[in-house]
Amino acid sequence: MQITITKEDFDRLVEHARSVSPKEACGLVAGEETTDGTREIKRVWLLTNIDHDEEHFSIDPREQLAAVKEIRSLGLTPLGNWHSHPASPSRPSEEDKRLANDSRASYLILSLEGEEPVLNAFHIEGPAEKRTVRKEDLIIR
Amino acid sequence: MKITVGGEKREVEEGLTVSALIAAEQVETPEYVTVSVNEEFIENGAFDTHILKEGDEVEFLYFMGGGC
Repeated sequence: MQITITKEDFDRLVEHARSVSPKEACGLVAGEETTDGTREIKRVWLLTNIDHDEEHFSIDPREQLAAVKEIRSLGLTPLGNWHSHPASPSRPSEEDKRLANDSRASYLILSLEGEEPVLNAFHIEGPAEKRTVRKEDLIIR
Repeated sequence: MKITVGGEKREVEEGLTVSALIAAEQVETPEYVTVSVNEEFIENGAFDTHILKEGDEVEFLYFMGGGC
């Protein structure tokens, strides 16, 4: 599956993630999906990690609810969520996989581990004890 | 009676509980779903007893979390 994000939105994620590092940052992404499954992120939401932790995140459910309503009011489609890995690679951890409960979502992971930030998107499905992870074709433009 | 689920209008039976609505909507992995009614979050333990009312606005949210 191909998913696109603008350079401007990518930069917003990086700026926010760096501002809360070494704690994890998180949020939602929404946009449009074509019939062939291609996804275009039109907007990103920077939400509160209520864990305020360097190795865990939980999106504030009240902010999540408000964002979902805003997404709907804008006529956009919820496409998934994003979170940062301040000091580890851009790939789903075991906890990320275990808690990936929405098989329709794209899971974007922004790594700040190296000199340059790395963003990847993943599709995760299957039972919690045996998730299947597929890397999506993320394009920043 | 009429309620709204995820922004869409629904005609449902009087006395419908949150649990029954979750089943009727065929919510994926319901054990990980958070439910709000009129922007108030419903405790998971109250899904079986919380009865929906005319005009209620219901949202299903997936818990979103993880770790590195």
